[in-house]
Amino acid sequence: MTQEASSFGARLAGGRTSRVARADLSARASGFARALLFARSIACVALVLLAPTLAHAQRPTTVQLWHAYGDGSAEERALREVVRDFEAAHPNIRVELLANAFGAYASKLESAIPTGRGPDVFIDAHERLASYLERRIVLPFDGADTTGLEPTHLDALRSDGVVYGLPLSAKCAALYVNAALFSGEVRDLESILEASYSDPDARPLVFEAENAYYVAAFVHAFGGELLDDEGHYAFVGPAAESTVSFLANAVRRGQIPEEASGELVMRLFGSGRAAAAISGPWLAPDLPADLDWRVVPLPTLRAAGAPLRPYATIEAVFFAAESDAPNEARMLAQYLVSAEAATKRAKIGRQVVSTTAAWSDPELANDAFLATFRDASRNAVPMPTHPNMRVVFEPAMRALRRVLRGGAPVPDALEGGARVFDDLTRAMPARRDPTFALVGIGLALLFVVFSWVRRLRDPNERAALRASVPAYKWLVHAFLAVGLLVVLPLIVGGATSFFAGRGTDLHYVGLANYADILSARGGDLLAPGSFWVVLLVTVLWTVLNLALHVGIGVALALVLHRPTLKLKGFYRVLLILPWAVPSYVTALAWKGLFHRQLGAINAILESLGAEPVSWFAQWSTAFAANLATNVWLGFPFMMVITLGALAGIPKDLYEAADVDGATRWQRFRLVTLPMLRPALAPAVAMGAVWTFNMFNVVFLVSGGEPEGTTEILVSEAYRWAFTRGSQYGYGAAYAVLIFGILVVTTRLFGRKLTEAPA
Amino acid sequence: MSGGHQESHERVSVLQSVLSHTLLIGAVIFALYPILWVLSLAFSAGESPELGPIPVPDQFSMEHAEAVALRRSDDGTWIFALQLGNSLLISIATALFAVAIATPAAYALSRFTFVGKKLTLGAMLATQMFPGVAAAIPLYLLMDALGLIDTRSGLVLVYATSAVPFAIFQLRSAFDAIPKDLEEAAMVDGATRFGAFRRVVLPTVRPSLAITFLFAFMTAWNEFILAATFLNREENYTLPVVLQRYVGEHAAQWGHFAAGAILVSVPVMALFYWLQRNLVGGLTAGGVKG
Repeated sequence: MTQEASSFGARLAGGRTSRVARADLSARASGFARALLFARSIACVALVLLAPTLAHAQRPTTVQLWHAYGDGSAEERALREVVRDFEAAHPNIRVELLANAFGAYASKLESAIPTGRGPDVFIDAHERLASYLERRIVLPFDGADTTGLEPTHLDALRSDGVVYGLPLSAKCAALYVNAALFSGEVRDLESILEASYSDPDARPLVFEAENAYYVAAFVHAFGGELLDDEGHYAFVGPAAESTVSFLANAVRRGQIPEEASGELVMRLFGSGRAAAAISGPWLAPDLPADLDWRVVPLPTLRAAGAPLRPYATIEAVFFAAESDAPNEARMLAQYLVSAEAATKRAKIGRQVVSTTAAWSDPELANDAFLATFRDASRNAVPMPTHPNMRVVFEPAMRALRRVLRGGAPVPDALEGGARVFDDLTRAMPARRDPTFALVGIGLALLFVVFSWVRRLRDPNERAALRASVPAYKWLVHAFLAVGLLVVLPLIVGGATSFFAGRGTDLHYVGLANYADILSARGGDLLAPGSFWVVLLVTVLWTVLNLALHVGIGVALALVLHRPTLKLKGFYRVLLILPWAVPSYVTALAWKGLFHRQLGAINAILESLGAEPVSWFAQWSTAFAANLATNVWLGFPFMMVITLGALAGIPKDLYEAADVDGATRWQRFRLVTLPMLRPALAPAVAMGAVWTFNMFNVVFLVSGGEPEGTTEILVSEAYRWAFTRGSQYGYGAAYAVLIFGILVVTTRLFGRKLTEAPA
Repeated sequence: MSGGHQESHERVSVLQSVLSHTLLIGAVIFALYPILWVLSLAFSAGESPELGPIPVPDQFSMEHAEAVALRRSDDGTWIFALQLGNSLLISIATALFAVAIATPAAYALSRFTFVGKKLTLGAMLATQMFPGVAAAIPLYLLMDALGLIDTRSGLVLVYATSAVPFAIFQLRSAFDAIPKDLEEAAMVDGATRFGAFRRVVLPTVRPSLAITFLFAFMTAWNEFILAATFLNREENYTLPVVLQRYVGEHAAQWGHFAAGAILVSVPVMALFYWLQRNLVGGLTAGGVKG
């Protein structure tokens, strides 16, 4: 998984919530589905009885197949073709393909399947199996014919001896070699690192050395692993130390570039400035046609005396729970792994298919690229499916960065990573008896009802209520709409903060989540990542952003409002652009501007003779990068609001001021400013709230770097809920705390802002 | 006025206009620079073009824009047009719906006193404070129960209601800025409260209505997570969902992604250009004279 894509994915995986509510609903949904199934089977029996006459009239059964292949990718084309073949062979089955955005795929499966609105079969990577099992959205493939499928691939799909899903293909990293720069034989990795290159700018090797997915190959060579079979963090000890020291040395000697991202790998290798690259099959389609390259399985690491063994990901077709057409779904899945379909997937989709029979096809047997990746995947280590695997990447990456960027001592950095992992996977709070809380809620409700009744008996109150009826008539639709679709989901979401657990196993824990957060889970209250420090960063973030948004927005609007200004419309439209282009694109563009090697800002600095800055290595520069991005995104909004308000100021007020002989400054202070305030007040109040909860920018630009210190409260909440093993209740508690802080703050300071003078 | 005085006055205003343009040009450079990057990614050939500090495509190419805009599904339907239509339909409906719900509510909150007014205002503000994604799954279940999953009207409902609180605040302050005598005069002349609201008050707040409309439109136009989760057919997808499909697990088609982003921004620009006429002088000074 590339770092970008995984964090992007994690961000977009937004919104898996309330397991309780969902479990309940899924139970009902499954009951409903069962009833439906029953009705359908009766209908089927009836049909069979009437078969000879009705068989042709039978409507085709629809099977839904979901996938998340990239748009227009070879894999998608191959899948479409294979599905068409299947439909041609089975005229009674219609296959509906749905291409999903990768970023929202997992969360969509997890919401849709339990409610019976999901697919019948779906394609995904094997390492997500554990989390799908936790949520009970996959079913075993009973009676599947697994002959002729790679046994290791099948093993990766096994849980407690049961096979879930049929393997489609394997993906793993291999070594791309630029034949023009390195023509010799790749004996071991060191032969590439230590060769002499005629071009002094050429790098021997480029790969994402801070990404645990790639680094795992080295750990495996040194005899270690990232996660052991019991789900314990294993990126510590001798193998991990040898790995990190090896990488640090290679970086120091300039053999591999610092802070390499997937982009940089592509750019350096694609432009012939790197002799070799470690990457997966996904690199190949983007390489320029004139580049002379070949690919070999990852070689031996001389320093370890063993071959580098990358992680393998097995792509599989899974059988979804709550399927309406289980038999047809099975037929489709079985067809996808047939020799015929697998051959097509290999030829068109360039996949290393799991069906052994496909490889006897003469064209595939002679395909050097596929053969190499097939060899590579045989030597690879299937990624563990333990649920903790999703938690490993963050601490491992932190440890690697501390050494490779900050030069921290290796054992310290690794120990630090282990501590982060322990913190993230700490034991769930104990189950508590909810009786006390239920009684409390009951009493509170009683009290509310009672006080309402008492108020209603008061004649004055009754008169006031009667007088309010006309106002209610203007409000009632807004009240109903917002109450049902905004407030209700928020209350349910907030209520999950009293629960803990993963997957569908949630239990009531009372206030334990809150206690854990406020006490920094027993750690140092002033350590980075503690609630209080993050709160401080968030407040600083909000204040600076707001000041700059309002300052820049109002200044520009005032200038644009000058009656004598030429080209007004032109400026206005150009200045609105940051708001018009979707922020999930421009935030990534900003991240690119701050890139260590490829970024324009460092290029400008260098052309001015300054040293390039590693923007995300220190808190101050990383924070500044986030701030620049968010100011850029936010000032047009304030500008537009101000322009609207300026347009609303009656001209005769200025005329009156002129008659009174007011100076320009007086006009501004006595007319413009007071008239702007009521319009700007809600925008500022809302702006403060939105900035406080501005998740996109922090997540996409700095991603919390360095070491989570630029994280703000809301991005912490997301991380706990989605990337740290789905501790949803814990994330929800963060959300409730954020809510509380904002409510209290606006109560204290916001009265002036929200209660504009009428 | 003496000639000399006039001259210095002119010099001051020349200086001011030079300053204004300098400030604006500086702001435009700041606003455009990252977008130039997106533009040159979109119009360069290949996936990973080399660009200097001033991003200009080495090889100008429409390949990405064409690939995105001319995308067809297997059966030959021009699916991009369909999805653009979805996005437009959903966003315009969201904006209309949000403004329609928010306007009378905002008016009531501005003009009437009633029991629970403070509570209502507080609750509206509070909805904006709760991090939204905490509500995504309950919302999914609710939409499922209402049978609105995989429908465009379901998305319109969700987007519009989430845009309503801010719209209410925005419009309420616009109403607050209008003297009460305006509609009171109309009511003295025999108009009902609603008649006065419709014929006298509403035309006066046109600039704010325009901004609120634009804002609600934007809420829907760029939203991705809910759209990606709720929609189960490609014919129903909105453009942000389509765009996200160019960013895969391992590889991203940045060229397509950037080109799509540019295409997505064009309607917003057009809408803003059209609405800005309402922002400028949309208010007749005469209407406010009490």
